[in-house]
Amino acid sequence: MQIYLPIAEVSVNAFLLLGLGGMVGVLSGMFGVGGGFLMTPLLFFIGIPPAVAVATEANQIVASSFSGVLAHLRRKTVDLRMGTVLLIGGLIGAGIGVVVFNYLKSMGQVDLLVKLCYVLFLGVIGGMMFFESLRAIRQTRSGKVVAKRKKHNWIHGLPFKMRFRTSGLYISVIPPVLVGISVGILAAIMGVGGGFIMVPAMIYLLGMPTKVVVGTSLFQIIFVTAFTTMLHATTNFTVDVALAVLLLIGGVIGAQIGTQIGTKMKAEQLRILLAMMVLAVCFKLAFDLLLQPSELYSIGAAGGH
Amino acid sequence: MLRRLALLICLMALPATAEEVVLGLSSDKVRITATFEGSEVLVFGAVKREAAIPDEPLDVIVTIAGPSMPLTMRRKERVLGIWVNTDAVEIDEAPSFYAVATTRPLEQVLSNVEDLRHRVSINRAIRSVGAPAEVADAQTFTDALIRIRKKNQSYQMLEGAVALDEQTLFRTAIELPANLTEGSYQTRILLTRGGEVVSQFETAIEVRKVGLERWIYTLSREQPMIYGLMSLAIAIAAGWGASAAFRMMRQNG
Repeated sequence: MQIYLPIAEVSVNAFLLLGLGGMVGVLSGMFGVGGGFLMTPLLFFIGIPPAVAVATEANQIVASSFSGVLAHLRRKTVDLRMGTVLLIGGLIGAGIGVVVFNYLKSMGQVDLLVKLCYVLFLGVIGGMMFFESLRAIRQTRSGKVVAKRKKHNWIHGLPFKMRFRTSGLYISVIPPVLVGISVGILAAIMGVGGGFIMVPAMIYLLGMPTKVVVGTSLFQIIFVTAFTTMLHATTNFTVDVALAVLLLIGGVIGAQIGTQIGTKMKAEQLRILLAMMVLAVCFKLAFDLLLQPSELYSIGAAGGH
Repeated sequence: MLRRLALLICLMALPATAEEVVLGLSSDKVRITATFEGSEVLVFGAVKREAAIPDEPLDVIVTIAGPSMPLTMRRKERVLGIWVNTDAVEIDEAPSFYAVATTRPLEQVLSNVEDLRHRVSINRAIRSVGAPAEVADAQTFTDALIRIRKKNQSYQMLEGAVALDEQTLFRTAIELPANLTEGSYQTRILLTRGGEVVSQFETAIEVRKVGLERWIYTLSREQPMIYGLMSLAIAIAAGWGASAAFRMMRQNG
């Protein structure tokens, strides 16, 4: 069944969108990631204009994170104070990101920027995850257990310290604000929640306990992506609500199935699978940039140079 | 003297031999609904004339042009190993959709001068005046635009697609693709003899988003703030609703 998307102004198969949503949903349920970093490139592949894909994906992430954060709030695994600090950074970052996005759009370079960001981040994160889980698998085979280090680094020397009771931390607000800003910029440019960057940063950089990390990042992501959605909706008019809803319905159903599969698999296996998938998307995008495209010319809106 | 007289007679005779188009359209409105998959417009009509049919054969050209807008064509070049947009050319006016249907190959039914005057062929329908000085081959950008748009059926050259019976009745069908933009689609019927346009008729087909599509589009442009908030609310409700439904299903099952 073809459906005409009112904002993207393209006609696509509704079942294809439901299927894509479902597929990414399964993966996000399995691995506990938002899936934005997979969905946005997939939307490029099926011919949704990148600007619409990025803005709509932000809208979808708000919705798919919402039920997650409610569950975490019930379990009291959200550090609201840390979340708010990250959020302040995130909002600033999203503002910067949309300005950069619009500037490059007028230059005709927005597709390139978005794709380069993807190649870079997917490559780095995917590579790190891949080797880390390979090491973990080897260690569990050889029976060794790594001792957890208690870190005391330069972060503890920074001013403006604040007590985060839920996380059991007493650290400066500067690093969380910086983490928030960088995730906000990414959210606006790449149309992702940024969980895949924020979660490692919270664990390794800020030293937050793992149990509050996911809830807190979801809490931050909701507000930042909601803000990004509003910015894109009011400055670019590129949020397609019909597209978002179709992806979402598929996504929610897929996520439930994914969670079931995820509980049956080992954590290291899951992680290495996820890493391989992230790398696959990265390579596909990188090849598109490196190989000579079949059509060298493209049509853009007027006004740029 | 004799020649001048002949000319005079010709001029006097002109209104009598003038041929006019009586047009029918299968639809003068195209409605883009949520399940819009493109539409076929049937253009048909008759030639009304008060004199005998002249010796030279009559030809019919039908054009449909979507709303024109300026745009920027960009060309990729390899920079540091990756393909990057570099040169750009502004196209001052290019229709979002353009179809030309003719009875015979266009160069046989329309002279170059007449094409220039009436802007019939795809090349002429696009206007590009100012190319930046550093771009030497501005024409290739226009060619690329036509190539890309021909590929997705936005530009169509339908030579021989107009059927003409007894130099009087004509009809053609033009396929409007699914990725149509809104607006007034100018429809022209040109009658030609020996490459000259002898009569011209114009009308418009209105292409409009309707129903939900219309409402969503208008809201997003006119009340972006409300539209943004609404998108968020709808998405949250849908996401929450679907997961709640799934939870309930699992508890019951």
